[in-house]
Amino acid sequence: MTAPAIRCRGLVKRYPPDVLAVDGLDLEVARGECFGLLGPNGAGKTTTVEVLEGLLDPTAGDVEVLGRRWGTDAAALRARIGLTLQETHLPDRLTVREVVRMFRSLYPAGRHEDEVIRLVALEEKRDAWTERLSGGQRQRLAVATALVGDPELLFLDEPTTGLDPQSRRQLWDVVTGLKRQGRTVVLTTHYMDEAERLCDRVAIVDHGRVIALGTPAALVAAHVGEEVVEFTPGPGPGLDDAALAALPGVRGVRRAGEGFALVTEQLHLAVPALLAALDARGVTLAALSTHRATLEDVFMALTGRRLRD
Amino acid sequence: MTERHPPGALRQLVLARIRLFYREPSTVFWSFVFPLALTVALGIAFRSRPPEALGVGVVEGPGAGGVAAALVADRELRVERLGEAAAGAALRTGRVALVVQPGTPPLLRFDPTRPEGRLARAVAADLLERAAGRRDVVGPVPAPVTEPGSRYVDFLLPGLVGMNVMSTGMWGLGYVIVETRQKRLLKRMAATPMRRGHFLLSFAAVRALFLAIELPTLIGFGVLAFGVPLRGSLVALAVVAALGAAAFAGLGLLVASRARNTQTVSGLINAVMMPMMLLSGVFFSSANFPAALQPAIRGLPLTALNDGLRAVMIEGATLLQVAPQCLLLAAVAAGSFALALRIFRWS
Repeated sequence: MTAPAIRCRGLVKRYPPDVLAVDGLDLEVARGECFGLLGPNGAGKTTTVEVLEGLLDPTAGDVEVLGRRWGTDAAALRARIGLTLQETHLPDRLTVREVVRMFRSLYPAGRHEDEVIRLVALEEKRDAWTERLSGGQRQRLAVATALVGDPELLFLDEPTTGLDPQSRRQLWDVVTGLKRQGRTVVLTTHYMDEAERLCDRVAIVDHGRVIALGTPAALVAAHVGEEVVEFTPGPGPGLDDAALAALPGVRGVRRAGEGFALVTEQLHLAVPALLAALDARGVTLAALSTHRATLEDVFMALTGRRLRD
Repeated sequence: MTERHPPGALRQLVLARIRLFYREPSTVFWSFVFPLALTVALGIAFRSRPPEALGVGVVEGPGAGGVAAALVADRELRVERLGEAAAGAALRTGRVALVVQPGTPPLLRFDPTRPEGRLARAVAADLLERAAGRRDVVGPVPAPVTEPGSRYVDFLLPGLVGMNVMSTGMWGLGYVIVETRQKRLLKRMAATPMRRGHFLLSFAAVRALFLAIELPTLIGFGVLAFGVPLRGSLVALAVVAALGAAAFAGLGLLVASRARNTQTVSGLINAVMMPMMLLSGVFFSSANFPAALQPAIRGLPLTALNDGLRAVMIEGATLLQVAPQCLLLAAVAAGSFALALRIFRWS
């Protein structure tokens, strides 16, 4: 039982003729951990999880799931994992309960349909056809089908993409509940707030590689700093990065579109110094804001791009 | 917490298929209502009744009265006196099969590609000759045949049964499987420990179940409403129909094995079914096609199914007598299933 939930070395997935979706990716996910793959669309997250789920064959690399390999133990592994795909259209004219029961019947052992339906808070919709469900309810139903085999390891591929804020929070509650039960969860997302909120550890993926790995707090601390000051100067004389970087309390400077982003650990020093410096140069301010540094800032710092464009 | 006795997977898959079927009114219509409605419509259109009189137009002019009088002597003809232009129009639209232009000799205008035209010409020529004084020397005696088994509806019903078995198999498997793939549900289910054979078996089971409903409904209706004979054994009929259903289920699976979207598979299904609907003797006998085409037509599964059904129902053939058709259907079923399973795409 000491094998990690997932161990993956040098994973490569190439789609002929010339698409390299995953380019040498290493991962290790411990049991009981909620692990996030965070990255923009097209970063290779879905390809990666579909290889881990045994749905795609890797071009190269070594994948071990729950201490076993897809090549030799596929049947046994299928019974021990649960998953949601990025988009699955469950049959329109089956009820929630019928769908869950059908999926339950496909597993040799698992949980009762009513229990799983309660877990994803769909009791009221138990007898409704799936075509009558909202996007969030459908997504929770998809999670129910993933849970019904009582999996040791759960994959959720972009579980909240396209959902409204309330539905997202409801789904987060479901995942938080699973974490509390000590299940291993791997989720992909391009929402940094989702990763920060749910994941014990996060791998930031870009162009098919892991470019940063750690707890959300450690990633932010290592790559950004505590606070970010963003400002846009009005028309007038230009500013140079070096002068901004020399301000007291400022740890780093990035250009962000028309404006600048200053990284600092001491907001109370950096902001007054910035205002004084702008004033001294006769630069007006079109906009100024500060926020606690997030994984989005980490991604910006590492790639110079935003997660979602 | 953990439940040990799972509901049977195959049973649940079959139940899901049945629910999805009857909750979709259009599929119920195409599988059950449509073939019945078609049988009723065609049965009424071609029901046994006194043969309809053939329309004959007599162009107005000198001698028209005499010609018309000669033609009305036979009840097989319905005579109209028309102007020159109206007569031409009536012939073009098929309201009359023949136009007689009085004169010496009278002129008979008709379309030789239409059987009614040729028939009306022969009858009219006969009548005009007799009116002019020709004497018949042989005098053959007509003896009309009306017994069940030789009417159009007797020919039609087995053909419709065959066509229905074909289309429910092709659409019921082919279209539904591709739709499942397009919705990514196939991939989602393949990601469970589901035994893949169970998934395909659930389709086969549902097809068999619906065949057990379709077949008695259509044939029972034909027997009760039109008196279509059922001369062979029910066992032989069921075997032929079941082999036909298996063959078309296999072909349905085959066209569905790689298609990614429903447009593609619809095109494929139509490409497979259309030629057979025309060539395999559904609405008219395939003997109408040139001899050179016959070997190819004999090789089509729908021809085998229709011929087998007709032989059992109308001629009372035994299983042994329809063995060639049964073997062909079984071979199509086995070959298409085997190939489909080799190339089937789960994602």
